[in-house]
Amino acid sequence: MGLIAREIEALGIPTLCLSSAYSITRAARPPRASFVDFPLGHTSGRPHALDEQAAMMTEALKGFEDITQSGDIKTLPYEWLADHSWKDAVMQPAAPGAAGDGSDFRLPRFETPQYQFEADAEVADVSCPTCVFLT
Amino acid sequence: MVKQPPIDYIERTQKQYEALGYPSYQWVYSDTAVPLAPLKKPLSEAKLSLIASGGLYTRGQVAFHYKDDLSYREINVLGPAADLRASHFAYDLAPVREDPNVVFPVEPLKELVASGFLGALAERAYTFMGGIYSARKVKDVLAPALAERMLSDQPDVVLLVPA
Repeated sequence: MGLIAREIEALGIPTLCLSSAYSITRAARPPRASFVDFPLGHTSGRPHALDEQAAMMTEALKGFEDITQSGDIKTLPYEWLADHSWKDAVMQPAAPGAAGDGSDFRLPRFETPQYQFEADAEVADVSCPTCVFLT
Repeated sequence: MVKQPPIDYIERTQKQYEALGYPSYQWVYSDTAVPLAPLKKPLSEAKLSLIASGGLYTRGQVAFHYKDDLSYREINVLGPAADLRASHFAYDLAPVREDPNVVFPVEPLKELVASGFLGALAERAYTFMGGIYSARKVKDVLAPALAERMLSDQPDVVLLVPA
């Protein structure tokens, strides 16, 4: 995502990346970033929490006006839980006695379209005018 | 309550891949800063374009595949939320399938437009898969393609949301 932000910014359009992975964002160095210390898959909030999502988004977008140094990451004042021990198990092996719960959401690298519902495959327009296939 | 610094996903991925016997993942490191483009109008008057990874598509579109998919989808933000789908090989899909706004924040952005904090939300959002192994292909193919779309859509600001 950082590479894309950098490309767009270089054309003169201000960009801001949200992030829940501080180290990855730090390394990729997008021009502006707002960091949300939530588990991956919740970069813009918790499910069905529109008020909190909107409040987080307001804080995040203020980065367009507050960030004056390229590469700066603004940390938003939100916690997933007051107790941060949820971080212990993330991507850790589930060996006996280890902290990890073995949570690994990775699926095989299938090379055909992976539909959320089988019925989506039946209604998919293969000529898809709103899909852009690049190689 | 115990506080902890942010998770170092680069380190954890390295360890996880090592344990699985995979070759180590090459994260993108940029050693230069891109000069900040100036904000030309206040946010309350600005049109924002949304770009998200996370594998979102809409019913009727071809879904993403899981092996270095460089394609992108155009999604009309005025379209029915019930038609949004998510498919991805690398993160827990339960939350996004319950509420796509957790990585594709269309509804909160609309709230900000309604409250006057943000000028407008561009009708076309763009989504892609992420998790593409070749940083070179992202840099040489996908990034310029999306940047070109931004030049034609002409937003004042662009928000990018990874999953």
